[in-house]
Formats: sequence, structure tokens, C-alpha cells
Amino acid sequence: MSKQEESLFTNPILKWVDDRFPLSSLIKDHATEYYASKNFNIWYVFGVLSMVVLVIMLMTGFFLTMNYKPSAEDAFNSVEYIMRSVEWGWLIRYMHSTGSSFFFIVVYLHMLRGMLYGSYKKPRELIWIVGMLLYFCLMAEAFFGYLLPWGNMSYWAGQVIVNLFSYIPVIGETLTEWIRGDYFMSDITLNRFFAFHVIFLPLAILGLVVAHILALHHVGSNNPDGIEIKDYKDASGKPIDGVAFHPFHTSKDLVAIIVFLILYFAAVFYAPEMGGLFLEVDNFEPADPLKTPEHIVPSWYFTPYYAILRAIPNAALGAVFLVAAVLLFVFLPWLDRCSVKSIRYRGWQYKVALFSFVVSFVVLGYLGMQPATGIYVLLARIFTIIYFAFFLLMPFYTKLEKTKPVPHRVVYKK
Amino acid sequence: MNMKQYIFSLIAMLFFSNSGFASSSTEPEVGIEAISINLSDVKSLQRGARNFFNYCAGCHSLQYMRYEQIAEDLNISEEQLLDNLIFTDKTPQDLVTTNMLKEDGDRWFGKAPPDLTLVTRRKNPDYVYQFLTSFYIDNTSPTGVNNLIQDGTSMPHILWLLEEQMTAEDYNRFILDTVTFLEYVGEPVQQKRKSLGVWVISFLVLFLVFSYALYKDIWREVK
Amino acid sequence: MSKVGRRKFLSIATSVTSVIGGAFAVTPFILSFQPSKKAKALGASIKVDLSNLEPGSIIKVLYRGTPFYVVHRSDDMITQLKTINSDLRDPDSELSIQPNFAKNELRSMNPKYLVVEGVCTHLGCAPIEKFSIAPADMGPDWRGGFYCPCHGSKFDLSGRVFSGVPAPSNLRVPAYRFENESILVVGENPEELNV
Repeated sequence: MSKQEESLFTNPILKWVDDRFPLSSLIKDHATEYYASKNFNIWYVFGVLSMVVLVIMLMTGFFLTMNYKPSAEDAFNSVEYIMRSVEWGWLIRYMHSTGSSFFFIVVYLHMLRGMLYGSYKKPRELIWIVGMLLYFCLMAEAFFGYLLPWGNMSYWAGQVIVNLFSYIPVIGETLTEWIRGDYFMSDITLNRFFAFHVIFLPLAILGLVVAHILALHHVGSNNPDGIEIKDYKDASGKPIDGVAFHPFHTSKDLVAIIVFLILYFAAVFYAPEMGGLFLEVDNFEPADPLKTPEHIVPSWYFTPYYAILRAIPNAALGAVFLVAAVLLFVFLPWLDRCSVKSIRYRGWQYKVALFSFVVSFVVLGYLGMQPATGIYVLLARIFTIIYFAFFLLMPFYTKLEKTKPVPHRVVYKK
Repeated sequence: MNMKQYIFSLIAMLFFSNSGFASSSTEPEVGIEAISINLSDVKSLQRGARNFFNYCAGCHSLQYMRYEQIAEDLNISEEQLLDNLIFTDKTPQDLVTTNMLKEDGDRWFGKAPPDLTLVTRRKNPDYVYQFLTSFYIDNTSPTGVNNLIQDGTSMPHILWLLEEQMTAEDYNRFILDTVTFLEYVGEPVQQKRKSLGVWVISFLVLFLVFSYALYKDIWREVK
Repeated sequence: MSKVGRRKFLSIATSVTSVIGGAFAVTPFILSFQPSKKAKALGASIKVDLSNLEPGSIIKVLYRGTPFYVVHRSDDMITQLKTINSDLRDPDSELSIQPNFAKNELRSMNPKYLVVEGVCTHLGCAPIEKFSIAPADMGPDWRGGFYCPCHGSKFDLSGRVFSGVPAPSNLRVPAYRFENESILVVGENPEELNV
């Protein structure tokens, strides 16, 4: 530690640590002297809520792994064993399954915040890219995790998604066999998906979260007005519109966390199945290669992409569109040509476009749960077009926006 | 209502509406009337357990349940358990399995009688109730009966004598008790989890009060 | 309340509540380490049927993964037992582990039946029963008992250890009770109600 920097501590043990580890400077740089805007609204809690859910998932997942058996023969039985025989196993299991859905609720709202306030724009493009990588990892993690109970829906959902890879020209079939490690979704596939779910992806996610936060703290947080608070500092070099992360944002986030926990535990204790959305009924029977469920449906957080996949008449092309639909998010910093960050000061074009996008995302999500017949097919195609138009036409309609003047000071109402 | 509030209420609505968004949910399907199950009615559960072990357990296992758990949750003593519910050489610690081999079941019935531990989670209790009350005579079927809810079912109408001898009301009560018992078997911890939830949420509300007051106090100085 | 006082109170209230909440949250996880219902079921006390056990014979059962010996001692065997106290390290079972009802010469509730853990108190091998009197391999002074093949420890027909062998104490006697004349329940105390 450099001689000029003051240790935060008077305690001699902590001072000893400070001489050997940047404890004080970490606390200062990332908490007590990290300044973020004072006008954060509710859209700004979803980042920290994501971290809370991540911790819940890691802890419950760890304890589930103590009792779960990753073999095709024992997996389903071991989940019932956890539910009935392991002391408090039912609670740990419900927390994990409910947490998985809440993770996506929170992450989708977190992403929407970015789209509302231009948090992906310069100089925060890299935060957005790392965030998208986190989103991909989360989707993979959820997919692998869903297969582990080896219920009938686990098996068939796995079958469908892994088979998507066979559409890749030339290498498709070989690649699919390589992914499975077998000629069909088998015990071998289950075991390796377990390894991905428990070791590789959690580590990747943890690493990316660190990178995500470091990148954020390096440039400073955005805010609902899209103003760079670092442009306006006071005499001591502190941004005028900023407040220290600790204790201001920590105390505010604590309230948000508790409200979240109330909603989360309400689900855990009173609606763990959530009408079949969090725990599908088809998964209450073991995997049966001879018995396909009436409607193979992925978990609700994947259904928008599933709807897009089915909307395209050609299966291979549908897979391409599915991948494109996810990947397009990455390019938002460059597709969006408006110089103003926050929706508060942008033109009506973006407001309409974003609203349409959100509606199409939700509607596609609903359509993805329905059978692909009748009017649902037409609707899926219409909303797929809207979904893609949001991204692909963005370079054009964002250039046309008549923006309002962006204030110098953030808008803060007590 | 501004846009953000609208989006929020939309999400909240989606979240809290328990009405089958998924195409297969635990809501009654079209044509299945809803029944009401009362899992806190211990007497009903006890009768249902008696019904199950006397009429169903010969073919259907409850392979994830232990006898002693049923005794504990339904206030049945071990003696009553051994006298009324266990008719084989099983001990109270054993799982409720049948001695029928799957191959035999497939051969005798066309399809081996399935395990019923999770039947009310897989299909909702209304369905199970309707199934058991919808047998009718069908001379073209190998068992002599068919079922309105599951056409071509391999299950014989084991309870035909009861249905004939009992009044409709009594028979329906019999089935309701049995389905209530099966609903309990599907998730034995159901009652406990609901009552625990009250405490957890109450504690969190208390926590919210303190943390909100602290937040307001800390932010007082911010202009 | 003053500004500082209020801040202090609220900080402490929030912190204390969060610590209590944390303790509640962590408890189910810690408790989940306990033996599951399946483990308890498999480890439940076992019943041994003694009706076919001839005098001078032994039954060996596994309870919670450990071997237990049940010996139907004949009248001869019981007579022989009383002659060897001087060769024993701990004839009155002062140092060994057994229920109170087994702290006697015969180390059992019912003199006819010996119930002991088949685990040598030296390093855990399973002793072999040697019930004949003065066989060639045990020497002329042998009055019947158990012999541990690993390091040569010897125990009498009450499981009591002889002096001058590696094992330090008598074979352990577990909790057990008799449900009736011929059913032995290993793993439960006599006072326990069978509920």
C-alpha cells in the first residue's frame, strides 16, 4: 500500500492486512468513495438484485449437489429424495427452482434499464458486452440446470435444443453427437451437462460479474437523466450530483433487496410451481424416450426465442433467426445513433420503438408457450418482424430523433 | 399512469396471475370440474389413506413415501399403521412399494399400473377425481369398462362394487378422501411450507420497516 | 431522539435484524447435513429372531454398518465363564462401554444371550468365535470365547478381554431389548416405547 494513502482502520490487525492487501483502497474505490448519481430510481436496483439471486443460487445449488445424483437412473429419484428425505431439502430445492425464474425476471428488467437510459452507450459499451456474455452464460446455465432433474420435459427440451445444432451445415450431425457424447440424450449427456452446470458456468459467471463491475466502476455509473456526473465536480473533486455508494446506495439497495425477498419467498412458500411456469407438470414424471409430452415448451424465460424459432417456416433458418435474436442485443451501442442517452430526452421514435419491442418480447413469450397453430403462427410472425425491426431499423430511426436539451444537473425529487 | 408504472403493473399481473400461461398447468382442463381439497382435514386424509391401502396399494406403489411418514403426518400410531395400512411384511421405515413386477403388470394389463406418488402434481387432483368417478361399462374393452376422462384406459374399475353399493354421495366422498390423500402424498410438506411462509414474510416485513427508516434517515441530508 | 441517536438506533436495529435473519437463513442449510429420513430408516433398530438359535450357536447381524454377535450361551458355557476372572484385564467391566444392565459378569440382560459388537477394541477387526474347550489352536486353558485374528486379542464368552493381549477393553455391548421371548431388538433401550 502506498505511504500516502490513509488506512481506513485503527484496528492493528486490519492495519496489518492493509499493508499487505489493498483492503482500504478497495473499500474506498468501490464503496465509500465511489460516487453514483443521487437520482437513481427503481430501475437501478436490478443489478444488485441479480447479485443477490446469484448468491442464493450458488448456495442452494451447492447444497443440492450434496444430495443430487447425476445419472439417468438416479437423478429423478434423488430429487424426490431431496424433497422428502433430506432435512429441509424441500426448501433448498424450491429456493433453487424459484430462484432460477427470478434470476431472469431481474436480469430482463436490468437489461431494460440499460435500454431506457442508454447505459450501453459510450463509454459503457464494454460493460454492456460483458453483460451480454453474462446473459449467454445464464441461459446456458439455466438450460443445463433444467435437464438435471431428468424429468420428461427435461429430456425432451434437451432433445429439441441439442438437435438444433444438427442444422449447422456440414458439421451439424457430428457436432450434435459430440455435444451429447452419445447417439441420443443419455446418461452420458446428463453427466457432462451436470459438470457444466456446477463447475464451468458458475466460475465463468463469477469471473464475468467481477469484470462487469470493474468496467462499471472504471467509468462510473450512468443515471436516469443520462448525464455524466463526473463532468461536474465540486472543489474537492467529488461529483456534485453524486453520493457515496456506501452508505447512500447500500442503504437504499437494502430496502430493495428486502422487498425482493418478500416477493421471492412469497413464491417459494406459496406458489413454487407458479401454475406450471416455474416447475412444469411434465417434469413430475421421469424421462421417457417413448413418450413425448403433448406440448414441448421451454421455460418461460426462453419462450420469446422459441416463438421466433417456430415462426420461421424453415427449421434451419429458424435456428439462425433464434441466434440472431439473442445476438442483436450485443450491437445496440452501435445500432443506436442518437447522441442522447436517456429516454427522458429522446425523440418519440425511440419511445415508440422501445415500447413496441417490449410488447413484442412479452407477446412472443406468451406465444412461445402456445401450440404453433392457427392464429398463433400469424401473430408470432408479425411480432418477430417487430422484434427484428427494433434492432435493424434502429440506425435509421434513431438518427431522425428530435431530442430535448439534456440538463447539466440531474433531476432529483426528494 | 406513466410508462414505467404501466410496464411494472403488466409484469406484476403476469407474475401473479396463476391462470395457465403454460399450456399444461395445474389448473383444471376444459371439461374437468374443479374440486376442493382440504389438506388440513386430518380425518379425510386418514380415510383416504385407508382407502388407498385397501383398494389401490395392491397394484399401485407410492415409491417415494415411507409408511412412517404417513403415520407421523396423519396422526396415526405405529400400531394403527401396522393394523390398518400395512398388509405385507414391510416395516414402518419401508417405502410403499408393490410386489408387482413391471413386466407382469405390462403383460396382465397392457400397461403396468403406474406409481402414484406424484400423480396429483403431474395431473391436477381434479383430473384424478374425475377419472375415478367416470368409469362406464364398455363391452368392447378387455376389462369390460372404459373411462370418459382417459379413453381406452387399461385400469379395471376396481371400485365397481363400492360404487354400486354406496350412494353417489358416499362414493364421491370416498374418492375425494382418496384424492386428498394422494395430494398429500404428492407433496407431504405442503401444509408445513405454507405455515412457515407466514413467519418468513412477517420477519421480512419487520426488517423492511427498520431498513426503510434507516434509508430515509441517511438520505435526509441529500438535496 | 437526536439526529445521531436516531441514526444509531436505526443502524443497530437494522444490523441486529439482519444478523437474526442471517441466522434463520443459514439454519436450514446446516440442518440439511443431518442424516436424512432414508439414512435414519436404514439405520433403524433391527429385530433378530432367536427362536431358531441353538445353544452354543451364534448369529451375526449388521446394524448401522457394524457387525453384532448374538450368542445363545449353553449352561456349560455359563459355568465356564465363572472360572476365569483372574485372567481378565477388566472382569467387572469398569472401563468398557455397555448399558447398565450389562455391567455384570455375564454382561447381558438375559444370561442365555450375549449381544456384543463384533469389533475388536484394539484396531477394529471382527473377532472369530472359538467356542470349543481347549482346542489345539487355542491351548489347554481355553474355555471358549472370541479370538481376533489380526493381532491375537482374546475375549471370553461375555466379550471380556484377557490380560496380556493388545486390545485394551472388553467388547462393547449395544443398547438392546427383548420384545418377547424370541425377538431381540438391537439399537433400542429397554425403556424406549415402540412408537
